[in-house]
Amino acid sequence: MAPSLSDVMTPDAAALAAASKGEGRAPLAAGSAEHDLFTGLTRLGDTTLILGHRVSEWCGHAPILEEDIALANMALDLIGQTQLWLGLAGEVEGRGRDADALAFRRDAWDFHNLLLVERPNGDFGVTLMRQFLFDAYHLPLLKALEGSTDARIAAIAQKAGKEVAYHLERSADLVIRLGDGTEESHRRMQGALDALWGYAGEMFLGDAVDERLAAAGIMPTPESLRAEWDRTIDTVLGEATLVRPASDFAHKGGKQGRHSEHMGHLLTTMQWLQRAYPDAKW
Amino acid sequence: MVRPALEQVWSWLGEVPDPEIPVISLTDLGIIRDVAWEGETLVVTVTPTYSGCPATSVINLEIEKRLAEEGVTDLRLKRQLSPPWTTDWIAPAARNALKAYGIAPPIDGTAADGVLAGRIARLTGENAAVECPRCGSTQTEMVSRFGSTPCKAAYRCRDCLEPFDYFKCI
Repeated sequence: MAPSLSDVMTPDAAALAAASKGEGRAPLAAGSAEHDLFTGLTRLGDTTLILGHRVSEWCGHAPILEEDIALANMALDLIGQTQLWLGLAGEVEGRGRDADALAFRRDAWDFHNLLLVERPNGDFGVTLMRQFLFDAYHLPLLKALEGSTDARIAAIAQKAGKEVAYHLERSADLVIRLGDGTEESHRRMQGALDALWGYAGEMFLGDAVDERLAAAGIMPTPESLRAEWDRTIDTVLGEATLVRPASDFAHKGGKQGRHSEHMGHLLTTMQWLQRAYPDAKW
Repeated sequence: MVRPALEQVWSWLGEVPDPEIPVISLTDLGIIRDVAWEGETLVVTVTPTYSGCPATSVINLEIEKRLAEEGVTDLRLKRQLSPPWTTDWIAPAARNALKAYGIAPPIDGTAADGVLAGRIARLTGENAAVECPRCGSTQTEMVSRFGSTPCKAAYRCRDCLEPFDYFKCI
């Protein structure tokens, strides 16, 4: 029998004590190596988490069954990668927060995901274009992380890279098919590209944290990923008969915790259960 | 308690079916990376197939259950990410079992690598090498890179017209 509401809400003293291990510890000092690493890891994990959540919103709504299944599977990959990144972030922080605590118990300003991934799904074309712009960056990012001086990061990147290679193949294929498809599909794909373009630049904007992580050989500078991304984008957009927008304007702030108005709405849905029933178990 | 020999433990684990593809075992799948005694504790090292594979927790439970049946309760499951799991580790006999079960087994060298040249080569040539597990025809086409589980792609046979799963290479 399922526990009644009051049972769910009764604090389990032993479990709480175990979970609070390290909770009294002071927060990591800004600028310290541990704080940089924690920030870098939450940027990775929050980005896969928020995109995974967005993609999962399609479950049961995609235009055809095969796409519904593909979207759900990709969301699953991204959430799985999130567990690894945020799990490691919690370990590095050492204050007793696991991947779930980081995903469900932080508010918008503590999330460090890219603005691109919190953009609403829009139509299938917008979702697909967002995925392609991200996948074309995600794969070279993971390839670079495979060479991280931190063995834990290299191991996660190696694992995730195999999955993301499939994501990029799928999104590139579909962008080509729909861009070079009917008049209607072409119009929608070009519209999606134009609307999302201003959110792509943030992927390649580094800050002081990025610089220090790169100097330690832990993560690549965002700028170093640009050339390969440009090549993939130009090749695929060319095949798709889509026109790359000329503007270099880039919305920024997501990596530093400054989000668009969409973020709060997303978190409201994603975090509802753990907010209403803290520590509820499946 | 007498510590069972490691060969014995491997053979018990070889009897645990994969929860999603019950015709192959956990050892056939290549996800059991090591079995070792640390004092009185048996340590079983498991690697996930896909990082988000929902079967992972069921697999851990099945391992615990099978070993408990043999009296091994002092057990620790260790997750190992590196080297990452690859379909190359699927045992040869298990590939035939997959085929008999209706899943086309992975074909070496067809893994996605995100390189567009490779993608085009696969789309034009190597896809044809995926045999329909039902009629054996090589006239097959990919419907979607993602099938009923993260490890599979959806295919269709152009001869017998049946849809089928292809266990994709990673």
